[in-house]
Amino acid sequence: MNYDLIIVRFGEITIKGRNRNRFEAMLLLQIQSALKDFPALSYVRGYARVYIHLNGEDYGLVAARLKDIFGIMSFSPVASAPQELESIQKCALEIMRTVDPAPKTFKVSVKRGWKQFPHDSLEMNHLIGSYVLRHCPELKVDVRKPEVELKVDIQHKETYLYCEVEKGAGGFPLGMNGKAMLLLSGGIDSPVAGWMAMKKGLKIEAVHFHSYPFTSEQAKEKVVTLAQRLAYYGGKIRLHLVPFTDIQTKLAQSGHDSLIITLMRRSMLKITERLAERSGALAIVSGDSLGQVASQTLGSMNVIGRSSSLPLLRPLVMMDKQEIIDYAVKINTFETSILPFEDCCTLFVPKSPATNPDLRIVERVEAHLGEQFDRLIDDAVEGTETVLLTETGVPGASKQREDEWF
Amino acid sequence: MKTYYYDHCASTPMSPTVIETMSDVMKLHYANPSALHRSGAEAMRLAERARSSIADKMGANPKEVIFTSGGTESNNLAIKGSVNKVTRESKHVITTAIEHASVYESVRQLEALGIHTTILAVDQQGKVNPEDVEKAIRKDTVLVSVMHVNNETGVIQPIQEIGAIVSKHPHVRFHVDGVQAIGKVPFSWKEWGVHLYSGSAHKFGGPKGVGFLLAKEGTELASLLNGGEQEFGMRSGTLNVPGVVAMAQALRITLENREDRRMKMYAMRHRLLEIVAEIPELLINGVPTDVTDNAAPHVVNFSYPGMRPEVMIHMLEKHGILASTQSACSSKSLQPSRVLLAMGQDADRASGSIRISFGDEHTKEDIEILGDRLKMVVDKLKPLERKP
Repeated sequence: MNYDLIIVRFGEITIKGRNRNRFEAMLLLQIQSALKDFPALSYVRGYARVYIHLNGEDYGLVAARLKDIFGIMSFSPVASAPQELESIQKCALEIMRTVDPAPKTFKVSVKRGWKQFPHDSLEMNHLIGSYVLRHCPELKVDVRKPEVELKVDIQHKETYLYCEVEKGAGGFPLGMNGKAMLLLSGGIDSPVAGWMAMKKGLKIEAVHFHSYPFTSEQAKEKVVTLAQRLAYYGGKIRLHLVPFTDIQTKLAQSGHDSLIITLMRRSMLKITERLAERSGALAIVSGDSLGQVASQTLGSMNVIGRSSSLPLLRPLVMMDKQEIIDYAVKINTFETSILPFEDCCTLFVPKSPATNPDLRIVERVEAHLGEQFDRLIDDAVEGTETVLLTETGVPGASKQREDEWF
Repeated sequence: MKTYYYDHCASTPMSPTVIETMSDVMKLHYANPSALHRSGAEAMRLAERARSSIADKMGANPKEVIFTSGGTESNNLAIKGSVNKVTRESKHVITTAIEHASVYESVRQLEALGIHTTILAVDQQGKVNPEDVEKAIRKDTVLVSVMHVNNETGVIQPIQEIGAIVSKHPHVRFHVDGVQAIGKVPFSWKEWGVHLYSGSAHKFGGPKGVGFLLAKEGTELASLLNGGEQEFGMRSGTLNVPGVVAMAQALRITLENREDRRMKMYAMRHRLLEIVAEIPELLINGVPTDVTDNAAPHVVNFSYPGMRPEVMIHMLEKHGILASTQSACSSKSLQPSRVLLAMGQDADRASGSIRISFGDEHTKEDIEILGDRLKMVVDKLKPLERKP
């Protein structure tokens, strides 16, 4: 089947009143940027939708990319036929035959936008329906609950026909709801949390804590790979690599073994809050899932969460591990996440971490560590290295020589 | 005297850019890519970038690219790896009589181990009939292996048609030895129903000792080399980082303006065929027509019945022309060519074949010079012909 056009329908943004226009323009730009590898495409904006003319580009490849763009509710591949009954009938039949698996029932809905066309929509319903029925003896018409609805739109120059409706990613266009910082560990959960945040229209910047030399280069590479994958969904992504070694070794020597994780997590949030301030982000997204590990019990969440005044968004909080894994597989981060490199959280893990830390004790320990500890946090913020990532790597000239090799 | 290198099917010259890249990478990234330190990670990242680049150019995803030491290993891995992965008792492999030795002998070795085999015949032009493949497929067939472009005659096999047939039998895998095809003829292996596709860097301007096997997702292979579990566990051994980077670059270069270069080569081939046709002593082997779907653009094969080919080769070399008898690796055996015998040629013609294969550095003028020298050599040798 040769398709000429894709109708892309926008999702929830259409109910956003006066801002709708701005959000739609935003989404169109994002679609264009995601599809920049298909230079022949041209775009026409309609009400709550956009028409993409394929101009010879492959529908399957465009559709595969389109499925991952947030803010799109659904889209349909459309074939066009010249303004002549027989061509329209033939095209209708061809489309019905490409539906897989073959449906048992269908109905035809004709809209005649161009009133000069010799047959009105009621006649056309009949003319097309009977033609298809004649050629597909196993097919029946069901006007109430058809398996397939063949839509025919007679326009001034051409007639558009389609019946398939592919589900889009849903959600809001990226950035519509502002910006947040994502705590990206390298595990299974945090990339999924990032994806969900982006789906809800949040632009994200990723923050990763590394404890070189206690963690390896590969652990960092792994996080870069994950961030690149998120960049596939979210355009460019800034990744902040925070040196965490000094803080971690300091805490390890504080003599409060069971509270190490709590203390570490609290300092991570403090650092992230400072980075958020610089970036203009208004929330912190984390991959916490209730009860998963000691730092994710309700008691821990309470004590840890209090160290930052920014809203802490936990998209996975009520999800089961298997559900999270299913998402990770779907967004293609799972294989990277399970690579066996230790991240900074798996280091210095005490034998029995507190599942219900006492806030007063934690605050007392922090006060005891005093100014010296505040300075370590300052140093970590100062020493943070920020890279801008695209889905293919680091843009810009830093790797120019290497680029020449490829 | 200037020497003309007409043995591109045996190995291609490396472009200075690729040599420079390889030497740069050797200098800068000597660390073992499996090592834990930063240099190791850098080397690994570079190798993975090469993998992505090759995947992109070949219409694969990076996980489908297995780096090997070259065409021979890729073919061995595809065939033995597929057969050994299947645990059932009765196994059957189909291949053709004109395969490269690395395929043919692998199948013969399996045969000696009790695997059933079918070796398909070819027609006079050296083509496999897809219907024969259909007929040969059995319930216990594991693998069909057919080369894409024949290394002696340049004949293109009907891979797409065979792929369509094999696709109808989900228990059968399809391996294609694409060593002579990459950069020379267009193809889309996955759409054609191919599961495994072999490539070798030094046939397209890259270094020797490195190649790849494309293995469609889900195509599991038993490894031939065991050890450090590199290459998704399918090919152990320290990754040849400079080699794979140079291969990725060579592949990119060879695919740039491929259509223009392909047409230029077809024009040269056309002219060379005309010249050979004018020399009555020489008989063209393979597909003599210009139809681009039938033969690769860079090979011409002919026989001089009654003349031992190495005499021709040595005489041509004296006049600055480097060529091969049959394939370079079997040049020294002095046996009649298995490929030409399979095409129904008699032993005399099959023993006397010469292969001319060219590349980007050659021009139309070079082909005229080649023609003149061919005529001259034949004139000189004419009195020495051995009449049967």
